[in-house]
Amino acid sequence: LILTNIDSVPGRKLVRHFGLVQGSTIRAKHFGRDFAAGLKNIVGGELKGYTELLQESRAEATGRMIAQADALGANAIINVRFTTSSIVQGASEILAYGTAVFVE
Amino acid sequence: MSIELLISLAVPVLLIVVGRLVGARIERKHLQSLCEREVRFRDQPALSTKHSGTTTAIRSASLVTGSVVISIDHFKRFLGAFRMIVGGEVRSYSSLIGYARREAILRMKESQPDADAYINTRLETSTILNASRDEAVGTIEVLAYGTAVHYDRGP
Repeated sequence: LILTNIDSVPGRKLVRHFGLVQGSTIRAKHFGRDFAAGLKNIVGGELKGYTELLQESRAEATGRMIAQADALGANAIINVRFTTSSIVQGASEILAYGTAVFVE
Repeated sequence: MSIELLISLAVPVLLIVVGRLVGARIERKHLQSLCEREVRFRDQPALSTKHSGTTTAIRSASLVTGSVVISIDHFKRFLGAFRMIVGGEVRSYSSLIGYARREAILRMKESQPDADAYINTRLETSTILNASRDEAVGTIEVLAYGTAVHYDRGP
């Protein structure tokens, strides 16, 4: 399955559109990570625990989007977009969406 | 009584001082590493356009992402809070966000270091709320994503 965030798959002819596919996940922060981040907050810099947490969540959301496209019989997803929103304090939602297509 | 007051005053001041000393060093090192790594990708630009601007055919394309969660130190947070009173540009925050964006773009490139260009690059910024305290200011996530393309160099 090919993913791109442009409106085509370069070098391949678009045969069929399957419409929008999406995947999302809501993750709460881990207590231990939150504590470590609190300490790191004093001196600034990268909070690696959160970087990993959000990367995992994004991979999860992308995986769900791919599963949906797979079920439709698509072999590529074009125009992929990511958004993050804070639903409540301490938890954030990550959404991945795109257009499932079949290319030659 | 007076010792308690002294402690309650000393802790925030100590945090600010530690933030100033260690935070500045971390930031300097980060900037240095950014500059070194950016040189390596000089000829593989991240473009915000959907087309790479060359007539060369594209052999393959795939989605790439890079992200970073970054926080500012207590000294800068203190400066920022002070700036909120008088208004104007909050420089201590803008440098942080600038470094975070450069780092995210670099990580996106490093996830596929042999690509010829990264087209349609998008940047997303979001704040991370702290569950334990109402201290949302100062912790941000930056995500960079785009399509890594390889040009067709012929047979």
